[in-house]
Amino acid sequence: MSTIAQKRGFASTIWDYLTTVDHKKIAILYLIAGGFFFLLGGIEAMLIRIQLAVPNNDFVSAGFYNELLTMHGTTMIFLAAMPLLLGFMNAIMPLQIGARDVAFPFINALGFWLFFFGGVFLNLSWFLGGAPDAGWTSYASLSLASEGHGIDFYALGLQISGFGTLMGGINFLVTIINMRAPGMTYMRMPLFTWTTFVASALILFAFPPLTASIFMLTFDRMFGANFFNVAAGGNTIIWEHFFWIFGHPEVYILILPAFGIFSEIFATFSRKRLFGYSSMVFATVLIGFLGFMVWAHHMFTVGLGPVANAIFAVATMAIAVPTGIKIFNWLLTIWGGSIKFTVPMIYAVAFIPSFVMGGVTGVMQAAAPADYQYHDSYFIVAHFHYVIVGGVVLALLAGTHFYWPKMFGTMLSEKIGKFTFFFFFVGFHLTFFVQHFLGLMGMPRRVWTFLPGQGLDTGNLVSSVGAAFMAIGVVSLLVNIVITTMKNERVGNDPWGDGRTLEWALPSPAPFYNFKQLPLVRGLDAYWLEKMEGKDTLTPAEPIGDIHMPNPSFVPVVISFGLFVAAFGAMYQVDDKPWAIPVLIIGLAITFGAMLYRSIKDDHGFHIHKEDLMEDDDDNKGVKA
Amino acid sequence: MNADEKYTPQTWPEGPERATLEGKNKFLGFWFFLGGETVLFASLFATYIALKDKVPSPDHALAKDLFELPLVFVMTMLLLTSSLTSVYAMYHLKNYDFKKMQLWLVITVLLGLGFLGCEIYEFVHYYHAFDHTFTSSAFGSAFYTLTGFHGAHVIFGLAWFIALIVRNAGRGLNLYNAPKFYVASLYWHFIDVVWVFIFTVVYLMGMVG
Ligand code: HEM
Ligand SMILES: [Cu+2]
Repeated sequence: MSTIAQKRGFASTIWDYLTTVDHKKIAILYLIAGGFFFLLGGIEAMLIRIQLAVPNNDFVSAGFYNELLTMHGTTMIFLAAMPLLLGFMNAIMPLQIGARDVAFPFINALGFWLFFFGGVFLNLSWFLGGAPDAGWTSYASLSLASEGHGIDFYALGLQISGFGTLMGGINFLVTIINMRAPGMTYMRMPLFTWTTFVASALILFAFPPLTASIFMLTFDRMFGANFFNVAAGGNTIIWEHFFWIFGHPEVYILILPAFGIFSEIFATFSRKRLFGYSSMVFATVLIGFLGFMVWAHHMFTVGLGPVANAIFAVATMAIAVPTGIKIFNWLLTIWGGSIKFTVPMIYAVAFIPSFVMGGVTGVMQAAAPADYQYHDSYFIVAHFHYVIVGGVVLALLAGTHFYWPKMFGTMLSEKIGKFTFFFFFVGFHLTFFVQHFLGLMGMPRRVWTFLPGQGLDTGNLVSSVGAAFMAIGVVSLLVNIVITTMKNERVGNDPWGDGRTLEWALPSPAPFYNFKQLPLVRGLDAYWLEKMEGKDTLTPAEPIGDIHMPNPSFVPVVISFGLFVAAFGAMYQVDDKPWAIPVLIIGLAITFGAMLYRSIKDDHGFHIHKEDLMEDDDDNKGVKA
Repeated sequence: MNADEKYTPQTWPEGPERATLEGKNKFLGFWFFLGGETVLFASLFATYIALKDKVPSPDHALAKDLFELPLVFVMTMLLLTSSLTSVYAMYHLKNYDFKKMQLWLVITVLLGLGFLGCEIYEFVHYYHAFDHTFTSSAFGSAFYTLTGFHGAHVIFGLAWFIALIVRNAGRGLNLYNAPKFYVASLYWHFIDVVWVFIFTVVYLMGMVG
């Protein structure tokens, strides 16, 4: 039986979230934690732009600049963008496929807590002797030479949070394969579900090389191994290969779910079926596949030789083809639609030209000889911000507006939303467009200042002003969230009025068991089909019956906390601290002890009884058991 | 599903590991997990191949100096046999014969312990006879990381088996614990397959070239 207390005091809410295994609550946790790290990374970015606003600036020291730049990149990719996307996947995907839960609710919670403790560990470096300073790529030749514990924080923090991401990926894969509602065939799955599926497969196969190479880095720095130590026979290029075998798929792990969010938005607000649905699915899978074959385009200047460079150049250019397919499908979805320019739709429309510009510079860089000019210059910085901010972050902002009602039951203000959009979008182009030219004029990336009189002054100032615009945009989003939450005007199941997929048939937010009766899915855009037939509920696939639910558990927090403790031990044994090895052992004992506890203690979950469900009819938000 | 429901060999379902939704999920999820583990080991193999015999000075022992086939042969036999005995255990799981399943699992664990003993002996031997350690060279780091990761998997697999054997000793089989046994045995097979590759890539190829 559920042990959730009925009273809703503050402490019990906290306890509820610490022990929750409900994918909708885990989504909120991801949103809060990812949002927090996003703000942190944003502050780091602002400091970088202040330093670079004028030549010969000494707002921050060179060493501190390296830390800022490293933590900005690492935080944004691993602790902000990916968790926020995982948050949306958790919130929406199970609803979209008509599932009551994910396949592994416990593992799902464990994934979040591992990410959380890993991220906290990484950021504690600021207070414990200095942050990592070898770039988010942490090339071994730099990172082995870095003094202090910064790189150790990087290695151990990313290792812990990486385990969490891997678990999230496996959970989503199994959920999508095994938990679809009756009639929800693969080719009827909404595109966000498809992109979640492919991104999860990428996570599964891309994270282990990172895991392996981070182990090697950890062993080299903390346990005397020699993988990357050339003097002892090691090879630093091994790190570069593994990092990019992970790193390139990683950028698709980020962009594919973003594509998914935009696909939903385009179809919804064009009030039209997504154009070329099956080719969209095909393109998604193809991008996922090709994503593994292009990693060496990050290493054109390493000296792998003309044959290797040529092969990777061609493979890289090939990815532009499925990406182009998607762009045209979105355009043709809008074409002839009856368009509603809501905030999510404005983001979606703005995304197309922004992302295309990033794609174009990508193809330019794919030409290996030309890349000798672009490489490690601000041109690269411009490219990846165009794809990541113009693609992923715009999708996150659009998704926040679009799915907010489904997650929290209130609508964000459209007026403030447009304000946010304006400042963010203008700021984004101001910041990064000039960086193309700064790069072409020879400004290297990752250098803490530049000299006056080299034609770089104006461009850098413009770029910094743009960053301030983006900051205003983000702050206005926070204001929007606060105002909306204070007003607390509840909305119904389909607040946009044009919802097409199953999640919009459920109350906002959905009850904790999601579907009282599993729906029968009769085609793509299942809810839209019902609406076209004049109904506003789904066709049930089963009579009302008892529903089986998992029990909440505190064990995920304990398992993750153990690794967090162990990481301190691993790190400080380098300094011959007497307590370090015991701490390492205690931490691992906590983790494995908690795993053993989980394994031997039976946990059968509980049932919500049919009668309670019937009673629940009008008020199905409270937790009953 | 009532997890504690008692079965007889007649009522026991055909595929007990996948008779419940939980079991099905666990089964599929574990295969995916093994897919990720495969990539992890592939990375370690690639590193080993790149760093094989890469030592700082000529007085360090190389692969051809270190390895002795008889010991590795014994280890291989122990582990391969343990895979077979775990298959027997799964056979009895499907036939709802709990006692025999436990017996074969115990034999599996004993064989695994034998393997582990040999591996520890092997490492100690390299250390004393050749000064070949984790920190002595890039070759040493790569060798001990690859074989050590495998060894750690063996330890984890053994601990897992023992936990399952002890935990369920008093209550027999049901549809709640059948997937657990099954998945643990999948893990054990995976460990075995990895060893076959280690045997080939590290030891055989180390002897000939
Ligand atoms: C048409 C598709 C794309 C092509 C052809 C492409 C090509 C490239 C190439 C060749 C580089 C290496 C340049 C160098 O360092 O010299 C690069 C860097 C990068 N790309 Fe892309 N790219 C594409 C799309 C994307 C997407 C969708 C993302 C992310 C969502 C992305 C993120 C990045 C990042 C983060 C880097 C820089 C990594 C670093 O050095 O720190 N790219 N891209
Ligand atoms: Cu790439």
